[in-house]
Amino acid sequence: MSAPVLVAEGLTKHYPVKSGLFGGTQLVRALNDVSFTLTAGRTLAVVGESGCGKSTLARMLTMIEAPTAGRLSIGGEEVTPDRWSEMRNKVQIVFQDPYGSLNPRHRVGAILEEPLKINRPDMSADERTARAREMLAQVGLRPEHYDRYPHMFSGGQRQRIAVGRALMLDPKLLVLDEPVSALDLSIQSQILNLLLDLQERLGLAYVFISHDLSVVRHVADEVIVMYLGHSVEYASKEALFDAQRHPYTKALLSATPRADPGQHSQRIRLSGELPSPLNIPAGCPFSPRCWLAQDRCRTERPHLSDESHAHACFFPLEAEAPVSA
Amino acid sequence: MALLEIRNLSVEFKTSSGSFRAVDGFETSLDAGEILGVVGESGSGKSVAFLALMGLLPWTATITADQLSFDGRDLRSISARERRRIIGKDMAMIFQEPMSSLNPCFTVGFQIKEALRRHLGLDARARQARAVELFEQVGIPAPEKRLSAFPHQLSGGMNQRVMIAMAISCKPKLLIADEPTTALDVTIQAQILELLTALQRDTGMALVLITHDMGVVAETAHKVSVQYAGQKVEQQPVADLFATPHHPYTAALLSALPERAVSRRLPTIPGVVPGQFDRPQGCLFSPRCAHVQDRCRTDPPPPGGPETGFARCHYPLNLTQEEKA
Repeated sequence: MSAPVLVAEGLTKHYPVKSGLFGGTQLVRALNDVSFTLTAGRTLAVVGESGCGKSTLARMLTMIEAPTAGRLSIGGEEVTPDRWSEMRNKVQIVFQDPYGSLNPRHRVGAILEEPLKINRPDMSADERTARAREMLAQVGLRPEHYDRYPHMFSGGQRQRIAVGRALMLDPKLLVLDEPVSALDLSIQSQILNLLLDLQERLGLAYVFISHDLSVVRHVADEVIVMYLGHSVEYASKEALFDAQRHPYTKALLSATPRADPGQHSQRIRLSGELPSPLNIPAGCPFSPRCWLAQDRCRTERPHLSDESHAHACFFPLEAEAPVSA
Repeated sequence: MALLEIRNLSVEFKTSSGSFRAVDGFETSLDAGEILGVVGESGSGKSVAFLALMGLLPWTATITADQLSFDGRDLRSISARERRRIIGKDMAMIFQEPMSSLNPCFTVGFQIKEALRRHLGLDARARQARAVELFEQVGIPAPEKRLSAFPHQLSGGMNQRVMIAMAISCKPKLLIADEPTTALDVTIQAQILELLTALQRDTGMALVLITHDMGVVAETAHKVSVQYAGQKVEQQPVADLFATPHHPYTAALLSALPERAVSRRLPTIPGVVPGQFDRPQGCLFSPRCAHVQDRCRTDPPPPGGPETGFARCHYPLNLTQEEKA
C-alpha cells in the first residue's frame, strides 16, 4: 500500500458573522473535526445535503482558506499557509457549473495554459502550447478546439475543458465539487468514464463531492457522510451501502428515488429541516430529526468511532436489513 | 372524455437566425387522477410544451395544434380573459425555483390570498381561514405566523410548499409540476414528492410531473412520456417503460444510469442533442443511435402504435414475437 496522498486530521472551520448593527459576532461552525486519509488512485466521496460543510471542506483542501484548527498534509508534507503557493500545484479543483467556471473571453488554449503561465514561469510559450494540445487529446477533445471560445461548447465538453485545466499542473489530488450534477444524464456518464480513465492512467486521488448517491456508489472507494459540518459515518463504499450504521445515512439512502418502479423501498421519513449552522443543536447534531434519539443524544455529542466502519452515533443501527440505493 | 387532450402540438420560436422548433408534434392525453411523468434532457421541449398549454410563452412563440382541449374546452379558440379564468384555477403550475417564482416584495400570505381573491372572490376573513387551512394541508408548521413571512425568510423546501399551497388553493383539476424538487435536497425532495402524491390521491386531480430524474418518475408517475429534441419518442406505463423500453433513446438513457451499471465503465450515448442548426434529416436520434440503419438517416419515423409505446422508431426494441408480426 502506498503512502497516503492526503491526510486530514481534525479539520475545523468556523466563520465569524456579525449579527445586525449592534449585535455581537456569532460563529458559523461550518466544519467540525473532520479526519480522513486518501491514497493514490482511490476516490473518497463526500456526501451530504446543503450546508453540511462539503464545499467548506473543498476550500480547505484546495488551500483557498486556512482551517481554524486541525492539520492537513498532502503528499506527506504538512500544509501551512506560508507554503500554499508551492503546495497548490499538487491539488486542483473542478467545479460544478462548467458555464460559470470558464472565462468566456478566453480561448480554450489560453484557459488551459494559464495555470502554466503562473506556476511554471520558466516554461516557453511553445512548450505551453504543446502541453495544452496534448491535454485536449487526453480529455477527449479535438486539436481544433484549441482556438475556440467556451460558448461554442456543450456542457459536457466544457466540463472536459475544466478537467483538462485542472490536470495541467500534474496534480496528485483532484477535488471534484459536484462535477456531474449540472449535466444531463447521457453526458454525465461520458464525464464519469473520463474521470475513471484519467484516474487509472495517472494514478490520481479524487475527493468526489456529491449529493447523488447513485453516482457515489458507482465511483467511490470510500465514503464520508456529513451532516451539519460533522462527519457522521466513514466507511468503505461496500460496507456503507451494505449496512448503514448511522440513522442519517440510512434515511438519506432511503430518500433517494430509485429508477426501478417495482421496488418501492420503505422510505424513512425525516421530519423537519436542516437546522442553521449558526446554532447546531447541543448533543448529536442529528438528534432533533432522528427517530431513534434518546436523552443522551440531546446532551452529549457522539464522536466518530475507531472502527474501520466508523460512525458517530450512540445507538448505531445493527448491521442488518440493508437498504440499497 | 379525457381531462386533457393534446394532439400534434408544435411550438416555434422566431429567433434572429430563423425559426426554431422547440416542440414538434407533442401529443398526450390525461385522465383525472392520473400522474404523467415527462422526462427528457435539457432542450427536449418538455417544459415548453406545458408552458404553451398554460399560455405562458412570450409573443415570439408560435403555437399550433390539431387539438388542445382541457376539461371539454378548446384552449386554442378561447379569449385571453377566459383563459385567465382557467389557468391558476382549474389548471395550475409550480416551477423549479421556488425562490424566484415568489415575489420577494410581498408576504407569502398576501400572494396566496391574491389567488383566492381573483378566482374565488372570497372575503378577507374567508381568505385568511382558507390560507391557514392550505398551509396546514401542505405541512407548514405554525401557519398563522408563516402567512406574514417573506419568501427570503423561508427555506427552499418551505417556499416550494407555499408554491404548492398556492397552486392547489382553487382545487385545480390539473397540476403541472415543472422540476418541483430539482433545487431541493434529497430528504426534502422525498417530503415534497410525498406531499404531491398525497394531494393528488386525496383530491383526485391529474398531475403532470416534468423532470429529468429517472428515479423520481419511477417512484411517482403512472405513465411516462420520454422527450427528445422536441419530440415525444415514447410513452408507456411506468413499469413497462423501465422493463421494456421500445425506443433506443429510452433504452440508452436507462442504461446510462449509474445505479444500473454492470461494469466500471458506464454505457454512454455518444454525441450531443441536436440544436437549431444541426437537426438531422431523418430520425432525430439517428446520429447517436446504436441501432441506426440507412432508412433512419433519411426517413423521419412516425409515432408507432400503442404496442410499441408510440415509439418514433423504424426498428423498435424489445418486441415480443406477436408484436413483431
